[in-house]
Amino acid sequence: MSNSKSIFEAPAHPGAKTESHTISVIVDNEPGVLARVIGLFSGRGYNIDSLTVTETEHEAHLSRITVVTQGTPMVIEQIKAQLGRLVPVHEVKDLTLLGDSLERELALVKVIGKGDNRVEALRIGDAFRARVIDATISSFIFELTGKTRKVEQFIALMEPLGLADVARTGIAAIGRGNGTR
Amino acid sequence: MTDQLTGAGIILKALGEQGVEHIFGYPGGAVLPIYDEIFQQNQIQHILVRHEQGAVHAAEGYARSTGKAGVVLVTSGPGATNAVTGLTDAMMDSIPLVCITGQVPTHLIGNDAFQECDTVGITRPCTKHNYLVKDAADLARIMHEAFYVAQNGRPGPVVVDIPKDVQFANADYEAISNVRHKTYRPQVKGDQQAIREAVDLMANARKPLFYTGGGVINSGPAASQLLRELVQLTGFPVTSTLMGLGAYPASGDAWIGMLGMHGTYEANNAMHDCDVMICIGARFDDRITGRVDAFSPGSTKIHVDIDRSSINKNVHIDLPIVGDCGHVLEDMVRIWKARSARADKEAMAGWWKQIETWRKRDCLKYDKMKDAIMPQYAIERLYQLTRGRDVYITTEVGQHQMWAAQHFGIEEPNRWMTSGGLGTMGYGLPAAVGVQVAHPGSLVIDIAGEASVLMTMQEMSTAVQHRLPIKIFILNNQYMGMVRQWQQLLHGGRYSHSYSEALPDFVKLAEAYGAKGIRVDKPGELDDAIIEMIDSDQPVLFDCRVHKVANCFPMIPSGEAHNNMLMGDEPELQEIFNKGKALV
Repeated sequence: MSNSKSIFEAPAHPGAKTESHTISVIVDNEPGVLARVIGLFSGRGYNIDSLTVTETEHEAHLSRITVVTQGTPMVIEQIKAQLGRLVPVHEVKDLTLLGDSLERELALVKVIGKGDNRVEALRIGDAFRARVIDATISSFIFELTGKTRKVEQFIALMEPLGLADVARTGIAAIGRGNGTR
Repeated sequence: MTDQLTGAGIILKALGEQGVEHIFGYPGGAVLPIYDEIFQQNQIQHILVRHEQGAVHAAEGYARSTGKAGVVLVTSGPGATNAVTGLTDAMMDSIPLVCITGQVPTHLIGNDAFQECDTVGITRPCTKHNYLVKDAADLARIMHEAFYVAQNGRPGPVVVDIPKDVQFANADYEAISNVRHKTYRPQVKGDQQAIREAVDLMANARKPLFYTGGGVINSGPAASQLLRELVQLTGFPVTSTLMGLGAYPASGDAWIGMLGMHGTYEANNAMHDCDVMICIGARFDDRITGRVDAFSPGSTKIHVDIDRSSINKNVHIDLPIVGDCGHVLEDMVRIWKARSARADKEAMAGWWKQIETWRKRDCLKYDKMKDAIMPQYAIERLYQLTRGRDVYITTEVGQHQMWAAQHFGIEEPNRWMTSGGLGTMGYGLPAAVGVQVAHPGSLVIDIAGEASVLMTMQEMSTAVQHRLPIKIFILNNQYMGMVRQWQQLLHGGRYSHSYSEALPDFVKLAEAYGAKGIRVDKPGELDDAIIEMIDSDQPVLFDCRVHKVANCFPMIPSGEAHNNMLMGDEPELQEIFNKGKALV
């Protein structure tokens, strides 16, 4: 049961479970559109677990906003409907419902250590196919892409080895196969 | 070859092409170029208000009584922020408005300039869409888009923020026919299969009910006509929300009254016990549903709405139909006729008999007093004495609004203007101004409370200046009635700041504005005073002194199921209220 005080968390269907959904929104690439989408989420008490936004088609002047949010199925439907009725929104796709989609995020991980810790860090980095993009005598910075679970696992493993700083992007997601956007 | 005009010229030309005849506004530094253009033309009439909030409410009254988009013109900074209440009101009640706000020149934006504010940022959550025009070459297209967005799909307010240098700059004008929106194409035609299923459910229903709302009004007068036809074909009972009054006439055979927190006993019980509920253009607001998990538990719910996000928002819907009410009603009538469908006669007779039993409770009855005017009595007399007239009603917010909805029967759509979703006190007086501008020969009455009417009283000046003979019918009980009622029932009678002290003498106040003032406090003198008000060709402040502590019943206390109404004559009111204290 969620702690949120939003009315939408009160189950009209008791026992409805909270799910995590990745939603891809194609919008006009105009100033203020991102603010409008974020304002929708905060104004109505919906969660944003992750958010990325960038231009997707230059000529058509479009951007893609990828949001990971949580809620009961009824709340998720509400979120999609609310997004869909915003004027600058072209398309709303629930990648979790559509099933076949790929998700990736990128992390820059700084590890400071010496001796055994340093060697172990490199070995684990190798196993995860992370690239070393910066090195000093006492530190490395790894660049890692992958599913969220893989990234979080890597960070957890670096903790006892001298994890100093992490910079993560949000999730970028796309549908599989040869369907067009 | 398109013409080169200044930005301000483009705005006026676009408004002309959109068929705008009236603008409500207030000048300021950032909109001087536009006001200069207005001065030099005669096509569009500008109504000067006394506060920008008044301009927006007037445009709302204009829009709701005509079906056209209301147009507002205000300056930057405080002009725009004063308009926010009205814009939020229009957003909640789905009123089509285009609000033009001035802005400081583009090179000063973000500099904390004089009368600068982030209008687009502030109005983003309370408008359907908003625009900041950075280039005069975009201005015509944006003006036409603004009207399109405001009026199509679920109507709503649109703000167009125009910096002063853009108003001065020269650019080409783009005609309306060249503009086509890229993304926003709302669905108006309902899914035919779903409509066929709905008609099936209706034909087999044993205890059906039509639950109609503001969406029927927004769809246009044809939708109300089709609703009446469908009701006649099916013989089903009809109830409506506050915003939907007038779609079906109050004098109609199938009318069982408004439903909801202060709705009738028969309407709320019918809603609870029905087996098929056909919701057309309403949104299952919390004032209607009461406790959501006890709302109409046994019924199959059909929901017709143009806004997909309203469906399955707080109540589970069995058969959703996304589309414009008018289009869907037309299809329903056609399919019902094509199938020669008939409702089950025996079941319907039994259902109506049950409704009659509920009606016998006479839930709207009240005890008349000999020496004081009961507020319900005042409204009843007003209703009787305006029969057969071309009358429009606006209201403020509170007990008087509920009594007006209960006792003043509305027969046609677009005749009832009230602030439902946001509940803005001070809405009625400026809205009456807007309605009167749209209908110069009609009788326009604002049923008001004395606390509400003081919030936008300055618009009496507007009424006098533009010779708008609006009638402000004030039910003066010396309290903020609805607040006082809740304090009596939920907060142990601790009337914290809900009394109206230092009230002005309304008759003298009217005369100070150059209007007419009438006061009455005896039931025997009421009729003559009302006739005097109606016959006057001036704006009138009518101070009707009523019984101070009347309560508005029936009432569904917060947290209760909607068939668990208080009728006002129960001995143990207190217990029932303790549960719902935290909810408004």
